[in-house]
Amino acid sequence: MNKKRLVFVFSLLLCPIIVFAETFYFSAIPDQDETRLLTRFNKIANYLQEQLAVEVKYIPVKSYAAAVTAFQNDQIQLAWFGGLSGVRARTLVEGSKAIAQGEEDKKFVTYFIAHSSTGLNKSDDFPRAIAGKTFTFGSKGSTSGRLMPEYHIREVFGKGPEDVFSRVGFSGDHSRTISLVQAGAFEVGATNFKVWEKEKALGNIDTSKVKIIWQTPPYPDYNWTIQGDIDNRFGEGFTDKVQKALLSMKDKVLLNSFPRSAFIPANNADYRSIYEVGKKIGLLD
Amino acid sequence: MSSVSSISNQNIERRSTSLLKTSLGFLGLAVFLLIFADLEITTHDPWIELTRMLTGVITPNFTETENLINAIINTIAFAILGVSLACSFGFGLALIFQYRFVRISCAFVRAIHELFWALLFIQMFGLTPLTGIFAIVIPYSGIFAKVFSEILEESDPTPLKAISAETSKLSTFFFARLPDSLIHFKSYALYRFECGLRSSAILGFIGLPTIGFHLESAFAQAKYSEVAALLIIFYLVITTMHQWMRRSLLPFYIIVSLFILPWGMGDISLDNIMRFFTKDIIPLPLRGVEQFDSNVLVNFTSWFWMMISTQAWPGLLNTVVLTQIALVATGILTLVCFPLISPKFFNRIGRSIGYLFLVILRSTPEYVLAVVFLLLWGPSMLPAILALALHNGAIIGHLIGRYTESLKLRPDSPVKFNLYVFEIIPRVYPQFLAFLFYRWEVIMRETAILGILGITTLGFYIDSAFADLRIDRALFLILVTAMLNIGVDILSCYIRKHLRLSIKAETI
Repeated sequence: MNKKRLVFVFSLLLCPIIVFAETFYFSAIPDQDETRLLTRFNKIANYLQEQLAVEVKYIPVKSYAAAVTAFQNDQIQLAWFGGLSGVRARTLVEGSKAIAQGEEDKKFVTYFIAHSSTGLNKSDDFPRAIAGKTFTFGSKGSTSGRLMPEYHIREVFGKGPEDVFSRVGFSGDHSRTISLVQAGAFEVGATNFKVWEKEKALGNIDTSKVKIIWQTPPYPDYNWTIQGDIDNRFGEGFTDKVQKALLSMKDKVLLNSFPRSAFIPANNADYRSIYEVGKKIGLLD
Repeated sequence: MSSVSSISNQNIERRSTSLLKTSLGFLGLAVFLLIFADLEITTHDPWIELTRMLTGVITPNFTETENLINAIINTIAFAILGVSLACSFGFGLALIFQYRFVRISCAFVRAIHELFWALLFIQMFGLTPLTGIFAIVIPYSGIFAKVFSEILEESDPTPLKAISAETSKLSTFFFARLPDSLIHFKSYALYRFECGLRSSAILGFIGLPTIGFHLESAFAQAKYSEVAALLIIFYLVITTMHQWMRRSLLPFYIIVSLFILPWGMGDISLDNIMRFFTKDIIPLPLRGVEQFDSNVLVNFTSWFWMMISTQAWPGLLNTVVLTQIALVATGILTLVCFPLISPKFFNRIGRSIGYLFLVILRSTPEYVLAVVFLLLWGPSMLPAILALALHNGAIIGHLIGRYTESLKLRPDSPVKFNLYVFEIIPRVYPQFLAFLFYRWEVIMRETAILGILGITTLGFYIDSAFADLRIDRALFLILVTAMLNIGVDILSCYIRKHLRLSIKAETI
């Protein structure tokens, strides 16, 4: 093989690097509305692409763990995480930081809901009468469907959910938690308040069958988290540009995908309490 | 003459007695375990949700799913690549299956559910097609190796007698042993391809872009019209498979599949693979340890003990209880189901309905069945047992039903119920047990994905470990599961040998 040809082959190999600038990938945990994810989040990708002037692509994921793994593997550089998954991701990826949260995420709450046959009613105090009933969390990795409710259960009863309830299930999804408790398949459950409100607006909730019996004290939840080395790869000030783009997202269609009324600044320290709760109940090492 | 026939009669009788004893033994064990199984029915208002489901079934909506065509194509592409690769590897392994190391390795890779293989590969490769292909290739290679080696063992020995003693091993294999087995390999590969389509669809549950991706979302959000449409499409893919899956087209399908899968889903980086092996899977107390001292040992011991006492042991017990009950329930359902597609009992129209019914039962993911029963009866082992039994009963029922096609009846044979009880059942029973024992380890593997019911099987703890991103714990529990599976495999092999049960190759 002559030299000229070798050079040609090499230049072909280098081609992709020269021609295409790095693509900026992002993802979002799909736990509030999983319908038409691509259609909805490709709109977000287009918006970010306009604002950031680099190619932006959305990678769909199915679970909290998958989102964190994709972030850890650097297959996504930006992610919309839950409180717990965000803490996990930032623990695994050095230098990564929370840059924004939803207006609603400063004070997120979990609803404890119960089937009417339990005779439980709404109270301000933790409903101790749920002991011995069947209980369902949402997804195992959810902040509102698992971490916070489990924390309060352990605080009140001094023991784990498996010892408090006659059976503990993981519905895997906030909407499913509601439908299972409504059917009385589980007597009590814990669900994300935003999802409850959405299902109620859609007319999927019959309040004579299922009702809210308690709401947790507020805690910080969802957040946008970005890789730490992003400025080196996409240019000085890129992190700030991303943050600005998120905070200036005003289009209702875009915001409804999350669903949030607006995004506000956030930082890692805002999620200190989530980290401590995770440690305390043994979900974080 | 008379003494010969009386000996063979005795043999038949002795075998029937041991078949009966084994069956009763398993039945007795299952009944005994029912005492420990929680079967309480606790639900109150299942009908709101069930009505919504039924409404969905009669109003399927095919336009609701985005990228539906891609999802269908991806489902088929993953199955084609995964199953054809596994078939080649399995064939190679079958030739060296006499080595214990090979047999144990194959039992090991079979023991782990496709979803867990995929979750391990996601750590390394992310959501790239490589993850999906490996998740099918690895366990399926182990399955192919086992079945191919058994088909070879069962092959007709007559040609071997006819060849000269000097014939090389290679020629003996290719000209005396292989030809008889080849047709069975083909029909088994086709059966496996159907399983591959199911696996491929299910891989969507954890994020690969197959039908399961949309099915899981739609199901979780109670969009039952969309669920119905997706399931109908999936049933169509399965029922038409024999029409489009031609061996001559396979090379074409493989090439198209390679091009069609979305390789652009992210890069594969060596760093991630290295991190997986040097950090993720190392037990936490040993991670980053520079000097191995007594402190480390104490930490590791307490980690190990915590894993055994709080997860592995209770998980093992629940897995065994659920598996044994589900196995017997599967057997009972199989015996009920197989006549539905048997020409000995139904005419063509009846059989078509039966065929469709069995396709629906075996192609609906167990997870979906489990949720329906969960709504009906509340969380207990009952929904899990029924979901597993219906799914697996439909699979074995289909195979046994087809086996009855080859049975020749005497002109004066009984009809209907008497034919079923006194003629067909006795004649299919050894085949039936053979299939059931094959399915034993599959049922055990499938107990993994029913965590929604709050049954803490080994699979439940593995799933939790992945959800918590504790890959070290997941791998530890996977190893425990694999050992349990190897144990079950050895036991089932022993029982099948003892009862002289083998799968007649023409039935698969």
